[in-house]
Amino acid sequence: MTKAPKSPRAQKSTARSGVREDPASAYDMTDAKEQIEHRTLACIVDNEPGVLARVVGLFSARGYNIESLTVAEIDRNAHQSRITIVTSGTNHILEQIEQQLLRLVPVARVIDVTQSGGIERELALVKVAGQGERRVEALRISEIFRARVIDTTNESFIFEVTGASMKIDQFVELMRPLGLVEVSRTGVLSIQRGKEKGG
Amino acid sequence: MSQMDGHTGRDGTQAEMLTGAEIVLRALTDQGVDTIFGYPGGAVLPIYDAIHAQDRVRHILVRHEQGAGHMAEGYARSTGKCGVALATSGPGATNMVTPIADALMDSIPMVVITGQVPTHLIGSDAFQEADTVGITRACTKHNYLVRDVNDLARIIHEAFYIATSGRPGPVVIDIPKNVQFARGPYVGPGAIEHRTYRPRTVPVDHRIEEAVALMAKAERPIIYSGGGVINSGPKASEALRELARVTGFPVTSTLMGLGAFPASSPQWLGMLGMHGSFEANNAMHDCDVMICVGARFDDRVTGRLDAFSPGSKKIHIDIDPSSINKNVRADVPIVADCGEALSALVAAWGARGRQKGPDLSAWREQIEQWRARKCFAYPGSEAIIKPQYAIERLYALTRDRDVYITTEVGQHQMWAAQFFHFDQPNRWMTSGGLGTMGYGLPAAVGVQAAHPSALVIDIAGDASVQMTMQEISTAIQHDLPIKIFILNNEWMGMVRQWQQLLHGERYSHSYSDSLPDFVKLAEAYGAHGIRCDSPAGLDDAILEMINTPRPVIFDCRVEKAENCFPMIPSGAAHNEMILGAITGNEIGEAGKVLV
Ligand SMILES: Cc1ncc(C[n+]2csc(CCOP(=O)(O)OP(=O)(O)O)c2C)c(N)n1
Repeated sequence: MTKAPKSPRAQKSTARSGVREDPASAYDMTDAKEQIEHRTLACIVDNEPGVLARVVGLFSARGYNIESLTVAEIDRNAHQSRITIVTSGTNHILEQIEQQLLRLVPVARVIDVTQSGGIERELALVKVAGQGERRVEALRISEIFRARVIDTTNESFIFEVTGASMKIDQFVELMRPLGLVEVSRTGVLSIQRGKEKGG
Repeated sequence: MSQMDGHTGRDGTQAEMLTGAEIVLRALTDQGVDTIFGYPGGAVLPIYDAIHAQDRVRHILVRHEQGAGHMAEGYARSTGKCGVALATSGPGATNMVTPIADALMDSIPMVVITGQVPTHLIGSDAFQEADTVGITRACTKHNYLVRDVNDLARIIHEAFYIATSGRPGPVVIDIPKNVQFARGPYVGPGAIEHRTYRPRTVPVDHRIEEAVALMAKAERPIIYSGGGVINSGPKASEALRELARVTGFPVTSTLMGLGAFPASSPQWLGMLGMHGSFEANNAMHDCDVMICVGARFDDRVTGRLDAFSPGSKKIHIDIDPSSINKNVRADVPIVADCGEALSALVAAWGARGRQKGPDLSAWREQIEQWRARKCFAYPGSEAIIKPQYAIERLYALTRDRDVYITTEVGQHQMWAAQFFHFDQPNRWMTSGGLGTMGYGLPAAVGVQAAHPSALVIDIAGDASVQMTMQEISTAIQHDLPIKIFILNNEWMGMVRQWQQLLHGERYSHSYSDSLPDFVKLAEAYGAHGIRCDSPAGLDDAILEMINTPRPVIFDCRVEKAENCFPMIPSGAAHNEMILGAITGNEIGEAGKVLV
């Protein structure tokens, strides 16, 4: 066996590498000790068959997270849809997600809603069942959150509430001890501030 | 490119009306396609009728659709043009998946046309129905299901544009049988402007200036070039040579990039990476400025990432922005076509005038010291053919020929990369990213179809070659005199090597048992068979192969237990190469789990 001797310079630079944050191998990329961040991305895509499958397939194939996803056509004449995706990862992964999305042929542009200070809203339908004091309390809180009652029985309400995801999370948490039955959420929608068209 | 005469309108008014199948052939002709590789079946019979009715596009009938795909790849890689393959629905399409995935990994421009069951049967589990666009979505650059004959011509032209522009790749067009029968307007290629797809090719000026500023101060520079330089075309290879000439920087390349820079140049360091040269890998490790052009910091190249070239500033040129900063941080990212960026660097370097940069002589001296280790040296033998010796002789005896080399995957592939030397691009066809055994033989058929009078050799292993062996029949049928040079070690040698080094010499299922008699096999197919097992007879046998004007299978019996060195074990650093034969546990636990 002959093992190649390291050159003096090589040893020096290996030592220097000790302070670098890069993972030991491409296989360990996700184990990086970097901070995990949440990010909302909006993709403007050509509304052709299979485009959603391409976007979702990219996330599963490359092991990226999808925390929420909404999609609908936004311009019938231009055949365009907007897909808003809430995802998470290290800064490096989030950068990759954006670049990988742009590689898809039908993706026209990707907007980083979080970093560009865009507006994010979600709508939730929240079913709460209860009687007496608990029922009154649920209604009182719903007013604070400007939720609308869209269905009522003697023993239940369905509230419609919109807002940032965090607000909806809080609302749901407050309803939990008051007889929360189930929740249905749209996922996050996004749009850019100001008079310009997004992206 | 075609004229738009007679069939102008996208509005359909003046356009010529053709059947879908005729549109396919017309569009292929207008795209300049002279050869396609295919296999018929129920869902493509109308297209086969249209093939029958014309003589401008040659159809090469294969023996298995995988063969058609690799032939299209070989054709594409050796010509710089787009390869085209044709298959029927269901099993025809699924057999094509491997070459499609292979072309995606190695950025090979390829258009694959598949038949599909009629539109009204889609989703009914009809006979030979498979969700081809679903199955190939993850392994194509883009794919289409054509539901309306009115879209067909535009889609075909768009597919060629997408396959060949930007970072090239495979595009699948799935055409239901009723769409092949239906009549629709034909539109010519015209100027394609895709609504959303617009690859950037021209570099941003200030990045070029930043790059040149780094290069001008470099004391230990290196150019690391990849398959992207070949994809970009001959101009890019020229620009690379020019950049190396004006700067004097040493050059290494990936497996996919071999030939872009001449191996005969004193500035050439050889291939880098897992089985690359000692001088290339050490120079990568110790350099202070790295110019990566058309390569993607693959794990086979970088080894352990945290020890990868730790002290260098990195300039990364790639047409695909997602390649930049994917594995390794770039200090100067340049999103552009390699040829454009290299030319811009040459121009900007020249514009500096006569400024003298740092003296590179110490660096050169260091490199010569590494080179003096002669890392590829191997113990010779008078009794047994060493596989390295076989490739050395093959190279020596074909030097003055118009030669193209393809390979399968394994040790023989690495020895071919180490011991066969290339001075021109597009002469070396190998499956790099996917590592597909069975690539080389059909790829050679595709290369030979494009270069009928060239010497096309598939350097093969005894295991790999059996994966697509039936395509020798294609070669016989179409008078394509490919040479299959098998380094027969009776083992899946690369698997055996890993089992020896990493798995305690437990040789689980890596012996090539029940090998056929390759000479008889050649004869059974109507090819010429040669066997050689002595170093003394090797030259004559190789010359016999070269001088046989028919397909040849050459059974070259080589040393069975030879290992391929140097080797950077998975998870090790560039300066931790293993140089000689070893049997111990040099590879740590962390390295063993890597592939
Ligand atoms: C389709 C496919 N299956 C499995 C592998 C894994 N593999 C890589 S090299 C190798 C052995 C190749 O043996 P051979 O063709 O005889 O070449 P040698 O290494 O002996 O030169 C195998 C099985 C692969 N690369 N491709």
